[in-house]
Amino acid sequence: MGVQYFAGVDVGSATAKAVLVDAAGTICAHVVVPSGGNLTLAADRVLAAALERVGAVPGDIAALVATGYGRESVANRTKTVTEITCHAKGAHVLYPDARAVIDIGGQDSKAISLDAAGMIRKFEMNDKCAAGTGRFLEVMARTLEVPLDEVGPRALTADRPAKISSTCTVFAESEVISLLAQGETVERILAGLCLSISQRVNSLAMRAGMAPRVIMTGGVAKNTGVVRAIEKAVGLPLTVPDQPQIMGALGAALLARNEAVK
Amino acid sequence: MSNRMAKKVTNWTKEMALYSLLRATLAKRKLDQKISKALGSGKKSTGAKRIPIKTGDKMKLLMGRYYIRAKVAEKDPDQKIAWITSGGPVEILHAAGVIPIYPENHAAMIGTMRMADSCCATAEDQGYSRDLCSYARSDIGSILSKKSPIGGSPRPDFLVCCNNICGTVTKWYQELQRMFDVPLIMIDAPYQYGEDRPEAIDYVKAQLQEMIDQVSQITGRPFVWGKFEDTVRRSEQALQLWRDVQDMLAHRPAPMNSFDTFIHLAPIVTLRGTQECIGYYKMLQAEMEGRVRNGVAAVEGEKYRLGWDNLAIWYKIQFLAKKFGEHNAALVVSTYAKSFSYQAPYRDESDILRSMAANYIAGYINHGLDYRERELLEMAEKFHLDGFVMHSNRSCRAYSFGQYELARRLEEKHGLPTIMIEADQSDTRSWSDEQVGTRIDAFMESLAARKSNAIK
Ligand code: SF4
Repeated sequence: MGVQYFAGVDVGSATAKAVLVDAAGTICAHVVVPSGGNLTLAADRVLAAALERVGAVPGDIAALVATGYGRESVANRTKTVTEITCHAKGAHVLYPDARAVIDIGGQDSKAISLDAAGMIRKFEMNDKCAAGTGRFLEVMARTLEVPLDEVGPRALTADRPAKISSTCTVFAESEVISLLAQGETVERILAGLCLSISQRVNSLAMRAGMAPRVIMTGGVAKNTGVVRAIEKAVGLPLTVPDQPQIMGALGAALLARNEAVK
Repeated sequence: MSNRMAKKVTNWTKEMALYSLLRATLAKRKLDQKISKALGSGKKSTGAKRIPIKTGDKMKLLMGRYYIRAKVAEKDPDQKIAWITSGGPVEILHAAGVIPIYPENHAAMIGTMRMADSCCATAEDQGYSRDLCSYARSDIGSILSKKSPIGGSPRPDFLVCCNNICGTVTKWYQELQRMFDVPLIMIDAPYQYGEDRPEAIDYVKAQLQEMIDQVSQITGRPFVWGKFEDTVRRSEQALQLWRDVQDMLAHRPAPMNSFDTFIHLAPIVTLRGTQECIGYYKMLQAEMEGRVRNGVAAVEGEKYRLGWDNLAIWYKIQFLAKKFGEHNAALVVSTYAKSFSYQAPYRDESDILRSMAANYIAGYINHGLDYRERELLEMAEKFHLDGFVMHSNRSCRAYSFGQYELARRLEEKHGLPTIMIEADQSDTRSWSDEQVGTRIDAFMESLAARKSNAIK
């Protein structure tokens, strides 16, 4: 029998992520694919891709933990665990001194506070509304015709943020259009949007309780404009891992490893 | 036959005739079935694995009879009907032979039957703000659109509003007064920050005295003090029984889930002061005693015990009970069910009106944060709680205000974890199964981690 792997599959509203770790807990493969319309298919695809990277077959997976919005759509799962527990686990293992996690995904944002042992002290999630999430940024970027990965760098070049008062995605969109019509620069509007997200997230962060070191995870952590704005709002520096998107899947994989050890 | 007896007989025949007439019309419009459906049989227990509560059958009967009687009364000019707030001094109405109707109870039925969205929309179309409590919007919308799970509440002859639950009802009842053009009796119950103040009790007592005079003027009959005393006594007895039933949930495993207590609240809200109400809770008590004796658990394999703060989420009771049940979590106490069993610290047998006044300012939501913190802590201890579920209710600011601070105090000062569920008691538009489900799963995961760490 070859190497045994422990898999974490995180099916989010925008992307599906898979991480494989070995018995020592070392990351052997990680893959991100768009979720598309069919979550079960996305889960299959992302796991198959991860297995391919290490030249393994499904039979080599000793345990699989599914997490994320679409966790119930993952086939052959050993168990499901929520994103909150997985992000906390991933952050704690990578950064044992982590005391808080801010995660902004496609459809939700959350703030988690941890104790020294990595246990969740408290967590807060956004409400039903998509404001302050990746989806919000996507809609706005499209409205402004700015590629998503340019949003952060361009926002940082603004001399001041434009004032965006609506936190609702629908209202903010029309507000952005009227700002453009008034001749406001795209950069200032982008900076205004980053600020607006940071304010939303800050209220979650304050309720959950923040202390250094704060890890930021999720796809939006790649957006430097948002990261700087949150740092300012929270008043603490953020640590962004190399692959902020895979933290949930990593946590899941590590939990799968625990599961098998039990 | 004496004159009086003859009159009694004619009244009786009149009522019977009206009663059967109404029954027939109701049956024709399938209203009787509608009513029992709206009330729920109360039989469905709400654990993951359901064990029906038999007394629930009796509730269907009791509540059905109550609403039918009220509908009959609508056609009888001699029988007065008053609409009253849930925390109103209903004993005065019973003693004066007035039938009380509770718009909040009606609104809760609208919520349970998932008619709230459409009723609220009607009210919103008329200009009532979406930020107004969904009970007010549901009931006003139902009056305007005539959509109701029970064919509408019978028209009031007058209104009684006591603001010991919130400020919303003050405005809500003023609206009702405008709509129906009937007298409105207002009882102003001052908010209590610390210990209940004696001058506040005196102030409410004076208003109750005045209410008695107003009611007797409206009915055109003298107020019989003896009847009033009997009513108060019956009311107190029912409150005591309801308290006792709730206390039984301190038993491990809990014989009933708090989600069940939300359903079994209906009689104490609408029928307190009557003998039937006492009978009902005696029956429920006996059934629960049986369960405790036989070790019957509402939630199979009960592992976690949680408290609940704020109103029920009427359209999601089953969902929540199932979700928590899957984690072997039983909800064993709630500030909501307890709201209808408060007993003031002050009590004087020789001054029944003042004792009553004291009771009507003693409720949980008529109090400030320190009081609430103390209450929650007492519950945590008495019911051996592992955590508290806080329903942050968009509608009820009186209840939800301060919850974050309370949650902070419970966690930081007393190490009791809490979870916040953002929702609305009957307006489903701010609800998402997926998000709330994830929040609950994550909360239960963190409780499980705490427990296993504690054991290690
Ligand atoms: S605001 Fe709260 S207390 Fe007042 S009527 Fe609405 S639900 Fe009841």
